[in-house]
Amino acid sequence: MSTATKELTTKEAFLKYILRLADDRLILGQRNAEWCGHGPQLEEDLALANISLDLIGHATALYEYAAEIEDEGHDEDYFAYFRDDRDFTNLQLCELPKGDFGFTIARQFLFSAFSYFQYEKLKEADDEQFSGMINKHLKEIKYHLRHSREWVLRLGDGTEESHERIQESFDELWMYLGELFYMDEVDELMIKEGIGIDSSTFKDDVKKLIDDTLIEATLNVPDWDQFMMSGSRKGIHTEHLGHLLAQMQFLRRSHPKAEWK
Amino acid sequence: MSDKNEHKDNWPLWEVFTQPKSGKPHEHAGSLHASDKEMALQNARDTYARRNEGVSIWVVESKHITASTPDDMGPFFDPANDKPYRHPQFYSVPRAVKKRS
Repeated sequence: MSTATKELTTKEAFLKYILRLADDRLILGQRNAEWCGHGPQLEEDLALANISLDLIGHATALYEYAAEIEDEGHDEDYFAYFRDDRDFTNLQLCELPKGDFGFTIARQFLFSAFSYFQYEKLKEADDEQFSGMINKHLKEIKYHLRHSREWVLRLGDGTEESHERIQESFDELWMYLGELFYMDEVDELMIKEGIGIDSSTFKDDVKKLIDDTLIEATLNVPDWDQFMMSGSRKGIHTEHLGHLLAQMQFLRRSHPKAEWK
Repeated sequence: MSDKNEHKDNWPLWEVFTQPKSGKPHEHAGSLHASDKEMALQNARDTYARRNEGVSIWVVESKHITASTPDDMGPFFDPANDKPYRHPQFYSVPRAVKKRS
């Protein structure tokens, strides 16, 4: 990889900034969609599919805007279907296999808790089209947070088995939380432009919400200072992303000119 | 959340009522399974309020509903058959009142 010899332009930074947000949502949406038809109960099947569709919807809107900013004739499908794993900059947290129901819920709760505070800050962004989108999606994020948080409380403070299993899920997921607060030159430039946000300004809020919820659910809070994974914002992923993309992209790539008509 | 561990194998059944607009009565939308009242509300939102159906949701556990039985039909409803004067339409509205409205 070439080192940063070239100065990052505002346009490039904005594009990357939006793609990071969009990739998180597309990949987690795709993962959650694997529950469709396999939920523990019909009603929860619907709820997970619903959250999944919300996330993919958020990603679509962000990709559309990314295409507009990039201005190279791409559309939202290009970003979803025609990029390879190294081009994706989603959090590793989002790409991990769905695991059992508790794992999916624990991951969704962690992601939603972060997204909630992230979007509360982003909605003030100095770009009307962007902040409008953020505001619209925030309502759904609040619901995802409520739904996943209620489930964490029930599984944690539920049966002995549900308690153990969701505790294991949180322990496993913990090392993927460091990346939530990752910042680099892209963030710095976007902060300067009045669009980006400084994750250190709401890190404590996110931690507090997670800690309080786990404690209320009678769970142990793993160590925030433990070893944390890194690299996803630069395209470094776990071995799981490639498989997810293969499944998600193959049909589109087999019929690249197909249209919904 | 005290009721959450009561049903080990199957979640209890809940009836869902949605209100289409404020001021309108809540109408029965259907039923669903949920572990407790908060989850029933959330499941109702996902099952019956995804298409802008309303502004408010009620959920009530189905076992709390007392319903009339088919045997009750005669004593409950037949006596009303020959009492059309219980309907407001039975009465003609005086012309003076009609004019004002």
